[in-house]
Amino acid sequence: MSHDETFTEFLTRRGVSRRSFLAFCTATAAALALPAAAARELAANLAVARRPSVIWLSFQECTGCTESLTRSGEPTVEALILDHLSLDYHHTLQAASGEAAEQARRDAMAANWGSYVLVVDGSIPTADGGVWSTIAGVTNLEMLRETIEGAALVIAVGTCAAFGGIPAAAAVTAPNINQSGARSVGELMDAGEIVTRTLINVPGCPPVPDVISGTIAYFLAYGTAPELDDQRRPIPYYGTTVHEQCPRIWHYRNGEFAFAFDDERAQQGYCLYLLGCKGPETRNACPRVRWNLNTSFPMHSGHGCLGCSEAAFWDRALAVDGSGFTGSCFYPDVRP
Amino acid sequence: MSTIVVDPVTRIEGHLRIEAETENGIISRAASTGTMLRGIENVLIGRDPRDAWAVAQRICGVCTLVHGIASVRAVENALAYPIPPNAELIRNLMISAQFVHDHVMHFYHLHAMDWVDVVSALSADPQAAADLQQCLSPWPNSSASYFSDVKQRLSGFIGSGQLGIFANGYWGHPEYKLPPELNLIAFAHYLEALDWQRKVARLHALFGGKNPHPNFIVGGAPCALGGTAGATAVDDQGLALVGEIITDMRRFVDEVYIPDTLAIARYYKDWAQRGEGVGNFMTYGEFPDPLSGADEMGRLFIPRGVILNRDLSTIHPVDLSDETQIQEYVSHSWYNYSGGQDQPLHPYAGETRPNYTGPQPPYDNLAMDQAYSWLKSPRWKGKPMEVGPLARVLMLYASGHETTQTLVNETLTELKLPLSALYSTLGRVAARTLETKLIGDQMAVWYDQLLGNLQSGDSRTHNDELFYPDTWPSSAQGAGYTEAPRGALAHWIVIQDRRIANYQAVVPSTWNAGPRDAQGQEGPYEAALKGHRIHDPQQPLEILRTIHSFDPCLACAVHLMDLDGGSQIRVTVS
Repeated sequence: MSHDETFTEFLTRRGVSRRSFLAFCTATAAALALPAAAARELAANLAVARRPSVIWLSFQECTGCTESLTRSGEPTVEALILDHLSLDYHHTLQAASGEAAEQARRDAMAANWGSYVLVVDGSIPTADGGVWSTIAGVTNLEMLRETIEGAALVIAVGTCAAFGGIPAAAAVTAPNINQSGARSVGELMDAGEIVTRTLINVPGCPPVPDVISGTIAYFLAYGTAPELDDQRRPIPYYGTTVHEQCPRIWHYRNGEFAFAFDDERAQQGYCLYLLGCKGPETRNACPRVRWNLNTSFPMHSGHGCLGCSEAAFWDRALAVDGSGFTGSCFYPDVRP
Repeated sequence: MSTIVVDPVTRIEGHLRIEAETENGIISRAASTGTMLRGIENVLIGRDPRDAWAVAQRICGVCTLVHGIASVRAVENALAYPIPPNAELIRNLMISAQFVHDHVMHFYHLHAMDWVDVVSALSADPQAAADLQQCLSPWPNSSASYFSDVKQRLSGFIGSGQLGIFANGYWGHPEYKLPPELNLIAFAHYLEALDWQRKVARLHALFGGKNPHPNFIVGGAPCALGGTAGATAVDDQGLALVGEIITDMRRFVDEVYIPDTLAIARYYKDWAQRGEGVGNFMTYGEFPDPLSGADEMGRLFIPRGVILNRDLSTIHPVDLSDETQIQEYVSHSWYNYSGGQDQPLHPYAGETRPNYTGPQPPYDNLAMDQAYSWLKSPRWKGKPMEVGPLARVLMLYASGHETTQTLVNETLTELKLPLSALYSTLGRVAARTLETKLIGDQMAVWYDQLLGNLQSGDSRTHNDELFYPDTWPSSAQGAGYTEAPRGALAHWIVIQDRRIANYQAVVPSTWNAGPRDAQGQEGPYEAALKGHRIHDPQQPLEILRTIHSFDPCLACAVHLMDLDGGSQIRVTVS
């Protein structure tokens, strides 16, 4: 944006109406629990001429986190990739393949050295010299090592990148319980395997769409991470348990529980705790932000929370000595 | 001879590498390599069978839910566990919504840029684009001012000099044949489809709480229907929303997806003569009708079977439990078999021991005559099979499904192409579009059945009589089938002492993307690439067209299981 161009002219040139842009800023400010004045501040800060470069690396992943981002309502993925940031490398969405794709990554790194945002989904395998996952003939660890050097900020999207996730889940009969030596970005950073940069963990399997986009939007507006907890999670989204935000908590307090997934009590929206809901031990924003354009969240549809944003959610029922499972990780073995 | 390497293959799910040897610019030999392994089946061993769906579903977040469905069906098959009709209908609606959502996103967001030159859209005349769109369909976003706005948005983006996801695309490649106006229409629909898919995904959120990775449950569907207003997602208002979403889905398919496919196909009819693959096709079948009263196979909307060598006169039966039918080879895979590298194994008896013998990273090339992939090579009675949309459309066509026959014949007539055109890259793309309509239209039937059941007082969605482990036999085994958007998928489970003793998934992209077997027979990707003329080895657009026509999903395709708990992971690096 040139100095003599008004903000409105700038948006018009981009094909964005001021109204829709302000609506996005207001929604984002609300989701992040920012004061009312912040929407205007967001709008002003987002009106920069050069869109921040984002490099997105996918490692041991299932692409669910990318898919989740495309389901975001505010901001939308098209607003992000066309209007607010420059998504310079992203396997699922980018046009170029092969060497042309790798060149795009190197070009973006060179042009934005020290200022680009690095997003990672999937864990990073470290066993057996890294052969469990390669891209362009290079191990994931090597690609991460190289790419994180010039990053201003790293966002680990999804439970795999944030905590190791399913590749790191217990394989009790394998020689190594974590077969591929799957590591999270934070573990590699803390171990000195990669350089240290500001890291935001956005766990969830996948994370709520608007939590991914809202975290990115906060960075776009303020150039920093939102306030983080001791697990590097944004407090606005992960500050309270799912249970505390659940509209069914009143039934819980009244001792009103569903005994089956389709009984009359379930039809009345009674609490799912006896059917295995992990809401009390899970920090996430599902009941408040809600999934898929504010449509629903697990308990609202009738299945308890799996606890998918927590580090050990796959291994809740793992015996202390790691030898096997003491029962189901999700369902109590006793009939309600 | 020279070798073209494409790694990473982008606009797919997961990590795929293609190496293609060319003689005089024509591909003589190709190798398809999966380069990532997570070992999810090993993670499943020892767990409670009821937990398997949640773990297995994370095999893939694009075809999210397909592994959840195959998993709960495998457990239900093992335990002879009946589920209520409503649960079957809800699953049908969720699977079919996945098909429609996935196929449209594949066409616009993963595949389109192989056919559509985004930069060429900048020279489109918005009025001419509007005239063309109005010829194509009654879709309302068709005014000159609409296309002018889309063009302005695109030119503002490209004019910024930051090309983002469009950087380094093969724009201007002589193989791009569309007029600028059609390129602009396709870009407009790229954006519209992003918006549309968000809304479609709400169907999964209503029944399953979220998308990606909606919730399922062994024994039915984990949602209470028709309860107190506002108390649950699937109250009367939620059920009405399901109906609205189905209507919106079908309209987009009829007025955007199908017309765009036909309009684009007209310019690429030469792609109806290449990219066939192996000529054998397999389906496991999908969409049981719980109210039909027929036997298991008779209840399926998409039939189960095999077609060999394009012969549509015979559909060969498929039995998931017959140990001589479905088998996996590891002759060219980075695994060991205890009975010998070239002895194939049925999933119930399967074993996988990682044994990486490829080059030490970073590497430039893999050796096609040795092991070169983390994928195995599944075979049906020793033969490679293509699975997916083309296989399903052929199976419906061959079994005499009239709606399919009419749709296929009308499409071919409109494009002035023979039936043999189906056996090609373009045929695969067209089959995906046509089955989206077939399945989307069928959703209205299942929705009406569900409402009818509710009105007659049946609101059951879960059978909990066998949900608790003390009701189970101490050991059992079963197979769970499904059709994923990318093709036939099945999970095999062995239960001992109420825990998972063995778990195996044989996945669509393993059928399609797997390497050569012990006899040297190529997998479908490898066979389909042979004979392609590559205009510019630096810009292998032709390879992407054919590979993307299969809609690769590599996270699914690579897996690991272990039969006896004694797997020896020894990685030898050459």
